[in-house]
Parts: sequence; C-alpha cells; structure tokens
Amino acid sequence: MAEISSTLLYSAFIIYLFSTLFFAMSISDKKGKDAAHTKKWGKIGFISSCVGFAAQLGYFITRWMASGHAPVSNLFEFTTFFGMMMVLAFIILYIIYRTNGLGVFAMPIAVLVIAYASMFPRDISPLIPALQSDWLKIHVTTAALGEGILAISFVSGLIYLIRTVDQTVSSKKTLWLEVILYSLIAVVGFIFVSIGFKAAGYETTFEVMNDNNQAVKVVYDMPAIAGPSNGEQLDDSFGPLFSTPSWMNGVDASIKLNTFIWSLLAGAVLYGLLRLILRKRIAAALQTKVRMKPDLLDEISYRAVAIGFPIFTLGALIFAMIWAQQAWSRFWGWDPKEVWALITFLFYAAFLHLRLSRGWHGERSAWLCVLGFWIITFNLIAVNLVLVGLHSYA
Amino acid sequence: MMQTITCECGHSNPYGTSLCQACGKPLTQDVEILSSMRYEGSARRSQTYKQTFVDKIWNFFSSVKVGVWLIVIILVAAAIGTIFPQETFIPPNVDPATHYESEYGTLGLIYYLLGFHNLYGSWWFILLLGMLGLSIIIASLDRGIPLYKALKTQRVTRHDQFMKNQRLFSKSSDVELDEIKYTLESLRYKVREENGNLFAEKGRFSRWGAYVNHVGLIIFLTGAMLRFFPGMYVDDILWVREGEKASIPGTSSEQGQYYLENNDFILEMYDKEEKKFNSALSSVDGEVAKNYQSNVTLYKTKENHTIGAEPELEKVKSGEIRVNEPFKFDSFALYQTDFKLNEFYKMSFELEEKATGNKFGKLTVDLHDPKKEYDLGNGYKVKIEEYFPNFVLNEQNQPSTVNNLPDNPAFVFSMYSPKTPEGEKAFVGIQKNIDSGENLFKMSFAGIETKDLTALTVRKDHTLWIIALGGIIFMIGVTQGLYWNYRRIWIKQNAGEVWAAAHTNKNWYGLKKDVEFLSDKTNLTPLEEKETASK
Repeated sequence: MAEISSTLLYSAFIIYLFSTLFFAMSISDKKGKDAAHTKKWGKIGFISSCVGFAAQLGYFITRWMASGHAPVSNLFEFTTFFGMMMVLAFIILYIIYRTNGLGVFAMPIAVLVIAYASMFPRDISPLIPALQSDWLKIHVTTAALGEGILAISFVSGLIYLIRTVDQTVSSKKTLWLEVILYSLIAVVGFIFVSIGFKAAGYETTFEVMNDNNQAVKVVYDMPAIAGPSNGEQLDDSFGPLFSTPSWMNGVDASIKLNTFIWSLLAGAVLYGLLRLILRKRIAAALQTKVRMKPDLLDEISYRAVAIGFPIFTLGALIFAMIWAQQAWSRFWGWDPKEVWALITFLFYAAFLHLRLSRGWHGERSAWLCVLGFWIITFNLIAVNLVLVGLHSYA
Repeated sequence: MMQTITCECGHSNPYGTSLCQACGKPLTQDVEILSSMRYEGSARRSQTYKQTFVDKIWNFFSSVKVGVWLIVIILVAAAIGTIFPQETFIPPNVDPATHYESEYGTLGLIYYLLGFHNLYGSWWFILLLGMLGLSIIIASLDRGIPLYKALKTQRVTRHDQFMKNQRLFSKSSDVELDEIKYTLESLRYKVREENGNLFAEKGRFSRWGAYVNHVGLIIFLTGAMLRFFPGMYVDDILWVREGEKASIPGTSSEQGQYYLENNDFILEMYDKEEKKFNSALSSVDGEVAKNYQSNVTLYKTKENHTIGAEPELEKVKSGEIRVNEPFKFDSFALYQTDFKLNEFYKMSFELEEKATGNKFGKLTVDLHDPKKEYDLGNGYKVKIEEYFPNFVLNEQNQPSTVNNLPDNPAFVFSMYSPKTPEGEKAFVGIQKNIDSGENLFKMSFAGIETKDLTALTVRKDHTLWIIALGGIIFMIGVTQGLYWNYRRIWIKQNAGEVWAAAHTNKNWYGLKKDVEFLSDKTNLTPLEEKETASK
C-alpha cells in the first residue's frame, strides 16, 4: 500500500508539471493563436490538473490506509497536503473564472511546494499521544484548505504585479518583485542542492556538547558553511566558515541554517543564470507573456481571500482551539504556532478592512496578498523549524 | 436629534444624510455618489458630529483606519512575542532575569528588560485588545444602524442623479419591462415594481455579515475576560502517586471536597519492531511514546465534612485519563499533563558491624514521612538526625536540600548499640557513606522502592460556552458577509427612455455577469462601466 501511495504521489507530481506546460501552451503567443487554440489547451490543462489532483487524492487515501491515520502528521505529509489543497483551490477558482494564465503560475508553485515537502523524511511515522485525536484530520485539513485558497490569492496578486509594475525603469517595486521571484527560485535551489548532495552521498560530522553536557554527534549532509555553535569537526571535509549563533537553539538549528544558506546560494546561481539568458529582469521577461486583464486578476486575488479567510479561521483557529482545549486543557496558550495563526488571521482581517472600507484595490491589494502568503509560509516552515514550541514535530 | 432634511421625493431624512434614504438624491452639493454608496450615504454619527470630546472619542474609534492600525500593532506585537520563548515556556526552575541573557545574549536581556518575556499578559497588550474591542463596537454601531435604516427605507424609484452616477449604467429605449422582470427573477432577484419602475435586489442579508461577525468577536472577547472573575475559572495541577489519594484543588464546596486516587500510571512506547512504523522508528534515537494514561478513582467527602478532620470518602466513579481524553465530573475536567516514573518512595538500610559484617536489624524509611527513631530491638536503634530529601551542597559548602522531593535523599544517622551507647554518627546518601573513620557500625543500603506519579491539570472553565457562542456567531457572520454579496439593479422609465443602473458592495465580476445575462436576454442596452477613481 505504501508503495502504491508513493507511486501515485509521483504521478501527480509529473501530471502537474504537464498541466503547467499545457496552460503555458494555451497562452503562448505563437502564430496560429486564436480563441480555439487557447480554449483547447486551456481545457487540456484543466483536465490534466484535475487528473493530477485525483492521483494525489489517491496517494492521500492509500497512505491513510497504510498508516492507519490521516497523513497530515509530519512536515512532509502536511506540506504535501498543502500543495494538494493549492491545486484544489486553483481548480475551484478556475471553474469560477476560467483563466488559463492563473494555471501557468499556480500549478508550478504547487509543484514547488510538493517537491519541497518531499525533501523531509517521508517515512510513515506513528502518532505521539498528543496527536491521537479525530481533530488531527479535521483541524489540519481545514487549515490547509484555507491556506491553499489564500495561496491562490498570492498567485493572482503576483501575476497582477508582473503584469502592471512598470519595468521600463528600475524602482523599489521592480526590486521587490525580483526578490519574490528569487525566493521562489531559491526553493528550486533547495531541491537541487538537497538531491545533489544526497546523490553524492556527502557527509560531515561534528561533535557538540548538548545541554546536559554530553557529547553528541551532529551529521551534516551538505558541506558545512555554518557549523554548530561550539562544535568540533571530526573529519577534514570542507570546514565551517562560521558558527551558528548560540541563540538559534531549535532542534538541529545549525543544520537548518546551513541548508538555508545553501538554498539561497543555489537560488542565486539559478537566478543569475536566468538573468544572463534573459538579459532583463525576470519579471520583465514574464510581463511580455502575461496578457490577463489586471481587473480580473485583482478580482480573483480578492475572491480567493474572501473564500479562504472563513475556512482558514475555522480550521486554523476555531477547530484548533477546540482540539487544544481537549488535548492541552486550554483552548489558547500563546504557543508560537497559535500566535502565527492569529497573526495570519489578523493580517487578512486588516486586508479585508482596507479593501472593503478604504478602497485598497489593485496594486496595493496585490502586494498585501504577497505579504500574506509570506506569513503563511513563515508559519508553515519557520515556526516548525526555527521557533521552539508545541508544534515542532519535525 | 437635530432637524431632519426633507427630500423632494417627500422622505424626511435624519440630519447628516448625504443621499436620500428613499430615492438616493444627493442632499447636499459635492456629494460623490459612488463612494457614498458604501454606507448608502446614511447619516453616520462620526461624519455628522465632530465638536465635543465624546464626539472625538467616538470618531476616533469608529474609524476603520484606526481599527486597521490597532490590528497591525497587535499583529506586530504578537510576532515579537514569538522571537524568544515566553516566560511560561522556559524551564520552571530558572530565574528569567538571568535566563534570557545567558541563553540569548544581549538581545535576550533587552527582550527581558522590555517585558517581552511576558508580552501577552502585559497591561499594554491587554489594553490594545481592549481598544480593538471598543473600535469594533463603535465602528459597527456607527455604520450598522444607519445602514440598516437606509436599506429598509429605500424606494423602488430612484433619483435621476443617483441612477446616472452608478458604476454600471445604460440608457435604452423600447424595452419590455415584463421581460426584464422575468429575467431578473430567473436570476433569483427579488423584484419590486412601482409606477413602471423596477428594483431588483439579491442577498441583502450579506450586508449584515460584518456586524454579525463583530458581535461574535465581542462575545468572544467578553468570554475571554470573564476568566478573571472568581469562580469562573480553575487552573491547577495535581500530582498523585500510584496507590495514593489526593484532594483535588479547587473542588471544595459546601457539598464536600473531591479526592482522586491514582490506581495506576501507564506509559506505553511504540514497538520498534512494528513493521508499519519500522523505518521511522529506527531513525530516531530514543523511543516514541504511544500512550500516557492514568487509571483513577474519584471520591467525594460526605456533606458537612469538617475541614482538618480525617475525611470520610465515598467513591464516585472510576475512569481512565489519556492525552486527548480528559476525565470529567461536575464542571471539572482532569487532563493528563505530566508524569514522573520511579520516584524514590522508601529506602531500606541495615545496621552492620564493620569488623564482622554482622547485621542487627533492618529499617525502612518512608522518604515522604521519615520517623525520628527506629528501634531495632536488643538495644539497637537508629535515629535520623537530619534528612535532606534532595541533597545538595549549598554555597557555604553545607549540606542542604533543593526542595522536598526525594530525588536525591541523604541522611545523618545516629546509630546506637550496646557497644556504642553514646551513638555514632554517619552521613549516608546515594553512593555516599561518610563517618569519622572510627565508627564500629555503619548503615548499609538494603534496597529501594519506587512509585510512579501522574500529573493532572485540574480545569474548570465556565467561560467556554460564551467563547464557543462567540466563535459560532463570528463564523456565521463572516460566511454570510464573504460568501454572499448584495446586488441591486434599478430600472427606471424616464421620458421615453429606460435607464438601468446596478450596484454591488463586492464581487463586481458576478454582478457584471448578471447584467450581461440581462441585456443578452432582453432589449436592454448593455450596462457600461464608468471609469472608477478608486484605482
């Protein structure tokens, strides 16, 4: 069952890639392009994203059967599910608005999320007592669906910015837009270096004194740029260029920091190559390809928030509180993950007020959607990996 | 109330109204109709009265701008609170004054000095939440009530200026009104007719969504505040040893006092050999917990039990407590929170003659309640001169104890025998047995008994239903406001022409699809969009 499950996930991944390609075909401006061409390829793209979603749903169900619990219990499972919910959210919004251009960006970003997820340990792990509750599946799936829909508002906002930010002059806006695109590329970089060093079988080991003054071994699977704080390297591989600051004291903080640096470096190389090939800003290169109406993009990004916000609130705050009351005896405890869910809620509440009462439409709204997604990914990744708390399962 | 303004249509509007509630005619010069539509140009207190101190306070809190700033400040403060762990998450036995600096350096010290280690309980954070609550109440009253009146009063026939200035507008001639009415009804609009004019509306209730969800939030915040009233909330921790009973804190009342017996504490680990989880379990160093469970029995004292007297207990019920499965009685719930395995419970020693190895009796010390003296018979006895349950050498290098928990018990014994009637002293602890060197006797270790402890959180929370109610109302409001929208279409006969105008509070895409459908099905000229200035 576990093998079938992995195969289905892998198939979904490939189908999503093809779906991206089909959507790209539909908006390509080669000759012979007409309404029928757009319609045909858009339809193929949409059907393939539905097929991919079905395959991933198959992965989800078979993995559930194999493990005996909903597969949303560790970082790999949750992040994969988040990617799947992004695809579902895209499908919903595509049905409403029929915009192929959205698929060109939404599908690869979902692919990126799933690829990122698969860099974490993929073993089927048992549930610790705190997670043994029906609320695990209810809370986590609802929260992920809400976040997936909110992620589409980011995608749409991002396309809006690519479409409308003036690329003829260099400005703060063009700079920030490149920063956003660079961070997406850095995720690709992370995947490349992870796979690369794993394939090469790279390893370097440090000896570190832990809090109980015992010597423990810390094994890096990438060359150490940032070594552990007060650790001693046991082999003569590429040595650390500096030590991780001691206040970063999550589980394996130094390894995570090191991986992060490698991802940024690999992202920088990829970004640099792209710039060399394109000979202009990446956003400027994309701008020539995107012809969607800004008004429609603005509408989609707002609509995604309007749909996603209540679902997010229900899943990430209300169901979370019910479960917390049951498991930890209090519905709210200011745990970092809880706080960041509240921050996400407050952020989108502010967004809605600015939009509905103060008329923040268009570009300002689009920047906010980007910032909102940053908050969601921060909660998804950094809170688990960097901040210490009740939710750091990974 | 000040004087009212009577519109040419005959409707009398409250002072401060900018668009007539009935026909929508601008009542003053320089009214921008489209932007006034957000609240129907109704007379909002904050836009009308700006003189007195109360006005100024009201206007401050009714402003959405102020509300958004409050949200943003709370958001940023909440984020700052996650940079380093809050005081409640640091180890219980450390002094926060030094902990933050030693753990996180200068930044940690600054964090501590600014009080960010207890950010969510700080007066200013609570004040910010209170201000947000006030802002929600005032902003809702300021907009909700006039909006309700305006929507209730609106008439079918609208003023020409109102029609012309809508974002979607067209003029047609030669239109079948019945056809329009029929088409609109097929789109599930509620259509009213008056003098050959039509007014179609759909989803008016979604306009109340914002106010409903704000009511929910206020109920929620009120519930959260009620916790600070005595009797509403109990939060305590109860440690019970296996086989022992303990009184449950916070449960004392005229009907008696509850006691809990810990029959058994169970800790189960996942089997590493289990095939399903094999690869995951083999990659972690330690074991992975599968279950924490306390099997307990609940007792209650008889009524009119006098405090201090030995309680007479009656069994109430037995049960199992697991993580995620609290044990409930009355309005209380007990939660599996912590445990301690193998706490030292009893320690046994034998009095031994050093030279011969002969033993002269055994004594067992209850580490929670040691006796002063143990008579071993035949003139042999042992006195406990000093007892250190959790032994440590203090700063003056003197023996002392950290606390009353017998984690590292140590004793100063006096040993008496017919040969040593004066008594010999020895210091005995774990792997320590120190005397002057001239003693004839020693205390030799003869075994230890241990017990498991369970820690249960004792909780009573009478605020929960209020908080749940607030949450439910919030969800209803937010769904009704965001999943529906209020669409209106006006058709007016005007000197041989037919004017059509449309408005929605949000989702213009949906409204445009509606009016496109309408002009497709009828002879109505397609409604055209006016360029809006809000871009």
